[in-house]
Amino acid sequence: MNGESREGLALFGGVLGVPPKALKSPLPASRERGDTGGERTSDHMQRQLVAGRPDAWMRLEFNPIPTCPGCQEPTATRAVLDVLEEMGMEGEAILVPGVGCHSLIPFMLDLDHVMSAHGRPPDLASAIKRVLGRGAADRALPLVFTLQGDGDCIAIGAGSLVNAAARSENITVLMLNNVNYGTTGGQMSPTTPLGHATSTTPGGRTPDYGYPVRVPEMLATFQGVAYAARGAVNTPANYQKTRAYIKKAFQTQMAGRGLSMVEVLCSCPPDWHMTPLNSLKWIEAHIIPQFPLGEFKGP
Amino acid sequence: MADRLFVQGNEAVAWGAVSAGCEAFFGYPITPQNEITEWFAREFPRMGRVFLQSQSETGSINMLHGAAACGVRAMTSTSGPGWGLMQEGMSNLANAELPCVVVLVQRGGPGAGTTRHAQMDYASATHGGGAGGYRNIVLAPASVQELHDFMPLAFHLADKYRNPVVVLSDAILGQMAEPLERKQLEFEPLPPKDWAVLGKAHHADGKRRGISIGQGFIPNPDFPTYLSFIDHLDKKTKQMRQDEVRFEALNVESARLILVAYGSMARACQGAMEMARAEGLDVGMLRPITLWPFPSQAIRRNIREGVQFLVVEDSLGQMVEDVETAVGERAPVHFLGMLARHEPREMGMIFPDRILEKIKEICRK
Repeated sequence: MNGESREGLALFGGVLGVPPKALKSPLPASRERGDTGGERTSDHMQRQLVAGRPDAWMRLEFNPIPTCPGCQEPTATRAVLDVLEEMGMEGEAILVPGVGCHSLIPFMLDLDHVMSAHGRPPDLASAIKRVLGRGAADRALPLVFTLQGDGDCIAIGAGSLVNAAARSENITVLMLNNVNYGTTGGQMSPTTPLGHATSTTPGGRTPDYGYPVRVPEMLATFQGVAYAARGAVNTPANYQKTRAYIKKAFQTQMAGRGLSMVEVLCSCPPDWHMTPLNSLKWIEAHIIPQFPLGEFKGP
Repeated sequence: MADRLFVQGNEAVAWGAVSAGCEAFFGYPITPQNEITEWFAREFPRMGRVFLQSQSETGSINMLHGAAACGVRAMTSTSGPGWGLMQEGMSNLANAELPCVVVLVQRGGPGAGTTRHAQMDYASATHGGGAGGYRNIVLAPASVQELHDFMPLAFHLADKYRNPVVVLSDAILGQMAEPLERKQLEFEPLPPKDWAVLGKAHHADGKRRGISIGQGFIPNPDFPTYLSFIDHLDKKTKQMRQDEVRFEALNVESARLILVAYGSMARACQGAMEMARAEGLDVGMLRPITLWPFPSQAIRRNIREGVQFLVVEDSLGQMVEDVETAVGERAPVHFLGMLARHEPREMGMIFPDRILEKIKEICRK
């Protein structure tokens, strides 16, 4: 681990009492400006910029990506930002994160956001949409979307999600599914696939622990749900498809058609006890077969 | 405008909320507050305001959280079991510093208890039942008129401190009908809610807004550390304690016995006090209007040689603990609770003549 990385960790440890303002950026100044193209940095092999960060990903003084190495929640978030940028909707978007690793992401994003209690983003989002949309005849704006984990969305938050779907709330629910409770050390969640080991199913999940829940498939049966899909970001092809799903979900909301939902399968290498690369292979070989990708309801 | 109405307490709450400019109501059916939720369901949509029936009180309080984050005046109402479910939300609203109003129409507990009257949620309303370390102002109306008037006051105090406010009603107040004079109450001006979340494009400075239940946990420019946030909450709490204590004192200056009661029991006590004074007994009454911050100073100011206190509460004794804390060892504190109801079933009540009996018992000693 090099000096800069250690400083990066210390910066994230601002919660331990160090004011983030007092510390300098862990990134070389050149990367702060976002122009690393072809430039040699002090501690890495030569890197070439193939794609810049979306504008809405803020260049903050503390760690710009607050998640573990190999975590795909920022990857999925990036797909969301790409879509918002493409639609020119950053200024109209309101993000409602739940509680989990993803709670840290909105602080890095240049978007209005309201952090929810664990599992309750659909409740907050319903109210925000109804309150701010009440003047507009079409009730299309603002673009309100949740960012939730699998535990947040379908364990503790199942009641909120199901009832928002039943009420046909004109919001978008984004569920980042890493098939376990990442923040707390990788316990079983309702979406843990059979055979997948977690700290509370040490020998792998068996039917004794119940069966994984397939959320978009379930929501597709609701009259109030207009769009439901599942994507992954483990390959460039899947990333592009997921991006298209998210765009369709947002368009569904802007057309006022009712609740739209996209699940995104994400890797969680530390809690799966795998390397980032093996995590991607695990998604392909063991998770996608139990959680098929595609659209389950749509226009 | 019909300035005078003859309405139930529960309806007066709604008229008060309208005069305060409340824009959104979220509620779940529970007795004895149903008339409030039904009033908003009937009237709010045609006023172009938001009514939404939630899937649970957990839903209500979190919908309230979302609406409050948009900077509009919003409220919910509930009773004991629903209030229990809202505790997590109350703690989060305090952390997020979101102004909103919760009307709690008390019924008997514990558990499902009874849908009839009681004053058994004093402790959880004033001391908080959610994750620790927060405080909220609790207003205790004692008439249909006050149920109306305390709504604009509650919204004002909520906005002033960016903190939830509880209006503690009960089944008797909620269900009884009295004349109500509808009026617009004036308060000091408040700063604009430039923290409200609207979508980044809608802020004059073009900068994002974020509302978090993780203040102190996740560093932000206002609170870079946990203790800097806790210090802020402490200052706010002290300010509320200093500036917002409200109470009503009747005949306390020379009284040998001071009754202490709130809400519907304050009405019973007022009757008992008048009956006692007609018989020549020197009885006064101190009615806390803010249950938190509690008027401890007002109680202490009236401790004199020979003075005694009688707390009357339709519970097994909750507020009495705050009175005992205020008085200490300096005067006797007596208690008359729900076991003094005129009959043992849930519709039994503590009537003024029963309180008078207790007053005489104390004064004879």
